[in-house]
Amino acid sequence: MKNWPLFEVFIRSKNGLDHKHAGSLHAADATMAIENARDVYSRRQEGISIWVVESKYIVASDPKQNESFFEPAEDKIYRHPTFYDLPDELEHM
Amino acid sequence: MKDQELLYKEFQQSVDQDEKIEAKDWMPEEYRKTLIRQISQHAHSEIVGMLPEGNWISRAPSLRRKAILLSKVQDEAGHGLYLYSAAETLGMDRETMINDLNSGKAKYSSIFNYPALTWADMGAIGWLVDGAAIVNQVALCRTSYGPYARAMVRICKEESFHQRQGFEILLQLCKGTAEQKAMAQDSLNRWWWPSLMMFGPSDKDSPNSAQSLAWKVKRFSNDELRQKFVDMAVPQAEILGIKIPDDKLKWNESRAHYDFGEIDWTEFYNVVKGNGPCNKQRLEARNKAHDEGQWVRDAAMFYAEKRSKKTA
Repeated sequence: MKNWPLFEVFIRSKNGLDHKHAGSLHAADATMAIENARDVYSRRQEGISIWVVESKYIVASDPKQNESFFEPAEDKIYRHPTFYDLPDELEHM
Repeated sequence: MKDQELLYKEFQQSVDQDEKIEAKDWMPEEYRKTLIRQISQHAHSEIVGMLPEGNWISRAPSLRRKAILLSKVQDEAGHGLYLYSAAETLGMDRETMINDLNSGKAKYSSIFNYPALTWADMGAIGWLVDGAAIVNQVALCRTSYGPYARAMVRICKEESFHQRQGFEILLQLCKGTAEQKAMAQDSLNRWWWPSLMMFGPSDKDSPNSAQSLAWKVKRFSNDELRQKFVDMAVPQAEILGIKIPDDKLKWNESRAHYDFGEIDWTEFYNVVKGNGPCNKQRLEARNKAHDEGQWVRDAAMFYAEKRSKKTA
């Protein structure tokens, strides 16, 4: 018999906040993954909503390509508000 | 394509700057191996650690104590899971780790090869064994490997209740009858030295430590952590009013630390080698639980597959 697949667990600690990666676990299916996630990742009321997804469905960028992959953002400092030279009298902008 | 030397240099630079290494980042093979060994041993310790205490759940002296102990043991299972998951991010699969534990190939903390003989041992384990684990784990919250560090943060948050409930058990016994206090003293006598051994061999006999410190897998040496534990435990024993079984234990003004006696290293290595009082019993219990659970795991998988076929 094959082993239970691996799931990634994401938990929203309260309404208004994003779901955040909490960890992973093995389960036979998604229903069991959610129940097990409740038992291991929210024993102390850490969450009010749980997402699970089988780990094999997560596609990640490659850290080896980081330099070229994230390069387009590097030289565009004008995307930051502090780039602009404005008079001190100007308030609330 | 960068050559290995450059990759290694960049890796060490990240570590030196206290940047975390994440699962898909380049890392030296030895770093990966060291982590897999350390994290899986740590996970195994959590799992085997459930056995001495699990044995007392049905014999806890009150419903309150029973609920607490049950909850603590459940936490240990969770801690095992966090750690196995962290090891899995390094490319190690769960089944191999479980098999290595059950076959006796993998090591786990020797402390769990000592028997829990009386109810007071539940107190001593919480206070000393979890206390020593906390000293070790607080330091590991800053370990260089991200998934390991995050597992440690989560574990440390949960661990503090473990130590407090243990101390409370002993406190209650120490305030009780002379017989109860003697039981607390007896458990301290038996658990003190094995707890000091939890920090591993002395620095001078720990050849891999230097590399682990350079990679920031470890943040403090075994002896530094052991000293930290002794310094914390001595005043706590005074509050309980029981005596730590070490004639050489004495405050050293110039070092601003407690001096303490030498660990019986023969005993230490003997238990590590598998000749402790409970090594055999612990592995048998693990194997029995694993084998007897096989049909449950199979049935759950079979049911899940059947259901997914139906909805497909």
